[in-house]
Amino acid sequence: MADLKKAKTIHSVMSICFAVLALLWVFPVFIVVLNSFKVNTFVKTSTFSFPTGEQWAGFKNFITGMTLGNYPFLKSVFYSFYITIVSTALILVCTSMTAWYVSRIDSKFCRIVYALCLFSMIVPFQMVMFTLSKTADSLKLNTPYTIPIVYLGFGAGLAIFMLSGFVKSVPLAMEEAAFIDGCGPVRVFFGIVLPVLKPTLISVAILEIMWVWNDYLLPYLVLDRTKYMTIPIQIQYLKGSYGTVDLGATMAMILLGIIPVIIFYLSCQKYIIKGVAAGAVKG
Amino acid sequence: MKKSHSEGGLTSNLLKKPIKRWGLLFLGPTLACFLIGFVWPFIQGIWLSFCKFRLTSDAKFVGLANYFEAFKDITFLYSFGYTALFAVVSVVLINLFAFLIALALTKGIKGSNVFRTVFFMPNLIGGIVLGYIWSMIFDGVLSRFATNILMEAKYGFWGLVIVMCWQQIGYMMIIYIAGLQAIPEDMMEAASIDGASSLQTLFKITIPNVMPSITICMFLTLSNSFKLFDQNLALTGGQPFGFLADGTSIHKTEMLALNIYNTFYVSSNLRGVAQAKAVIFFILVAAISLIQLRATRSREVQQ
Amino acid sequence: MKKALSILLVVLMAVGAVFAQGAGETSTASKGSVYWLNFKPESDAVLQEVAAAYTAETGVPVKVVTAASGTYNQTLTAEMDKSNPPTLFVVGNGQAVDTWGDFCLDLKGTKIANELNTDAYNLYDANGKLCSIGYCYESFGIIVNKALLAKAGYSVDDIKDFASLKAIAEDIHARSKTLGFDAFTSSGMDGSSSWRFSGHLANVALYYESVEDNWQGQPATITGKYLPNFKNIWDLYINNSAYDPKTLATGGFDAEAEFGKGQAVFYQNGSWEYDALTNTYGMNPADLTMIPFYAGVAGEEKAGLNSGTENCWAVNAKASQADIDATLDFMYWLVTSETGTKKLAQTFGAIPYKKAAPSGNVFLDAANEYSQKGNYVMTWAFNYTPSVDNWRAGVVSAMNQYDAAQTDANWKAVETAFVKGWENYYKMEH
Repeated sequence: MADLKKAKTIHSVMSICFAVLALLWVFPVFIVVLNSFKVNTFVKTSTFSFPTGEQWAGFKNFITGMTLGNYPFLKSVFYSFYITIVSTALILVCTSMTAWYVSRIDSKFCRIVYALCLFSMIVPFQMVMFTLSKTADSLKLNTPYTIPIVYLGFGAGLAIFMLSGFVKSVPLAMEEAAFIDGCGPVRVFFGIVLPVLKPTLISVAILEIMWVWNDYLLPYLVLDRTKYMTIPIQIQYLKGSYGTVDLGATMAMILLGIIPVIIFYLSCQKYIIKGVAAGAVKG
Repeated sequence: MKKSHSEGGLTSNLLKKPIKRWGLLFLGPTLACFLIGFVWPFIQGIWLSFCKFRLTSDAKFVGLANYFEAFKDITFLYSFGYTALFAVVSVVLINLFAFLIALALTKGIKGSNVFRTVFFMPNLIGGIVLGYIWSMIFDGVLSRFATNILMEAKYGFWGLVIVMCWQQIGYMMIIYIAGLQAIPEDMMEAASIDGASSLQTLFKITIPNVMPSITICMFLTLSNSFKLFDQNLALTGGQPFGFLADGTSIHKTEMLALNIYNTFYVSSNLRGVAQAKAVIFFILVAAISLIQLRATRSREVQQ
Repeated sequence: MKKALSILLVVLMAVGAVFAQGAGETSTASKGSVYWLNFKPESDAVLQEVAAAYTAETGVPVKVVTAASGTYNQTLTAEMDKSNPPTLFVVGNGQAVDTWGDFCLDLKGTKIANELNTDAYNLYDANGKLCSIGYCYESFGIIVNKALLAKAGYSVDDIKDFASLKAIAEDIHARSKTLGFDAFTSSGMDGSSSWRFSGHLANVALYYESVEDNWQGQPATITGKYLPNFKNIWDLYINNSAYDPKTLATGGFDAEAEFGKGQAVFYQNGSWEYDALTNTYGMNPADLTMIPFYAGVAGEEKAGLNSGTENCWAVNAKASQADIDATLDFMYWLVTSETGTKKLAQTFGAIPYKKAAPSGNVFLDAANEYSQKGNYVMTWAFNYTPSVDNWRAGVVSAMNQYDAAQTDANWKAVETAFVKGWENYYKMEH
């Protein structure tokens, strides 16, 4: 009885400890919120105070930030969304087809493709960054509408690896039955295989979304920066250039940039956490 | 590898045939993009590392000269050492904390799910943004002492460590939790019936059972640390610089990836050297990943 | 839900296809187009207007892109490697001529070259090819708010050399609480303003050395003999402003606003600030003037402003003929048309062309006055800096350490970055 009580106390003490730790964990985000409403000159001198009185800037930072650096922030937001959604969709559709084909046919050629995919997973981006930006430019892949092709190329490895791992564990019986019933491969794939793949597809989607949305160097080097920026690129520009740095506005833009992510996270966190665990175990 | 493949393969050639007829649809798009986005740049990258070039169009073959230059470059060697030190420190800290937190959160504490959600959250925020958020916070603290993060290499180093911990502990924690939850319950029960102390249980049962998770996390953090770029660029950009007697400036907080990036732009004469550095970097990262694969595999076999 | 998602995707893809087509069309226009890679962030806004005005007038697309400060060379290298490289770019010094010479169209005899009223700002390569032509010249020094100076009980004529500047600045700084303003604006060291010091102020040391050693081209090594003078004036800046020198490295300061709002008497910058100070901050031109860098060099009573340019246009010889023609037409329009000359005068001050619009820029007037009095012009010796962005980054980093603790050892590091850094980057370039 005493032991149980003791265990209970330990539990509540731990709960409190973790609550404190969790607060500490969200603290940086909280500071961003504070400073996005603070007058620029106070961001540096009193980073941790509440924006009251003369420090209160209202929504001025957001308005300045939107137009800072001669590039409308909303455009970056749009391109970030567009690139992330289309790239992820393209990766999911194409790689699931490839993964299924590769593991079902299992010819020599398929094994080479699979091995190349594994290989591409361990190549750091720096290895190809200069040549990739050149190739992408000469093939006109330097717009948000075509850059998903680059993402498919560079991100195919992990997706095929994860998906084919799952395909292999799916029993053949259903597919074989469908074939015997006279269904073509396209119908078999979209009608039977794809629904079964759903959990893995969600995991892959989440990993790809996290990668593409936050990616800085690839779009920075590949996109025609004179016309297109994404949120990370524009935030890097805000800090590094064009006259004086407006820290308040920068924080306002950072806040706008992470709000979609937080919403995305809170609404699908169950899948995200599962996806990460699955991806890590395989990768 | 061969074995695992034939497991999933269709056995009957009768069924393979119709699929193969559609091969272009199933393989075509991915393969085309893969060639453009990966294979071709990769091959060209290897070739350029043996060339002197200013623009990719005027490359001249120079043999191994770029590699000699790269190994002679003291800033490259420095950033290698710096990266290695950073990797060791962050791997130890991240894994230690992530494991402890995971352990606690699987004990049925109230609010475990909320905590898990919170700890993972920083992973959703990109490296550049993270860098700027933290540089504001560090400067806010350091300004009380009339200094800032760009002033001393040690601030930059620990700053990066803190940022990486904040970001990655949550990720690794998720993997550890998955590993811990996979431990068969009867094993734990048996231990407690046998009267094992909690420490004994930890070292005799828990740790051996989550060994695969530990291996994965170790290598994930290791390769993440080696590949770190965004946070490095945004937080310190390599500052402060130190100067050798011959005027070479050492960027004291510059990690490998940033060093390669900067070499490419320091002078148009050095682009080949930068590409050679990138190849060396690739071999290094690939070696780490291969060892990881090996280690994970061998663990799996033991189980 | 699923349906909605798939519809959304299809719509997105379709939008993409349409846009992609649109993007493709503009870039393949047969008329030729202009792509100007500009390197002065502070001119970006005006140049965007100029480009729009020209396109509205002629229908020729003009794209102006400005590299983030301190990354011009990096951006130029990257852009030149692309399929649509800049047609108009900046080759502002001998080193750039060495690097980019084969990309420069020989401008001799072109319509625009005939509009020049001086050869002083033109750059030739070893074979006498006219690689680039100046499109403006500028002066920099210490901008003075005469009204505030008078409030403190002084006039510009009281400042004749370093000793008098120092005495006045220190006096104002000492009385800053009662006066309500300070001597110097902040000397922030982040990317947005460190070039004023690692670039422009460094000219104090480089110019006097270039005269003494009679530089004919880019020297492989420098001695840094005049670095103590550089130190004099730097110490004066950082120790006589409202801001703690230790905080300069973090940046986030807005020196222009400090000066514009009358918080400081002295502000080191150039003639290009005229527009912002008089328009954005509504300062009275009569209250403004510019004085030379006084740094304690013998004979500096006869110094003038730092005048010169690193703004030289080069036309990409490897662009298509249509683009080259379009670019030359655009340049000609800039220096001859009413809109063009007015806009250039607004952002660059003076341009060395026959039909230049009067700038009304008091800082350039000050430069002329000094010249007429027979004072020597401090030419832009810093144009010889090897690997300029990196050299400056090194100097800035060392200066940050010095600002945090003004010790001899830390100043030694500045000297190393300055002298040895030069030697080192020179070797890398050659």
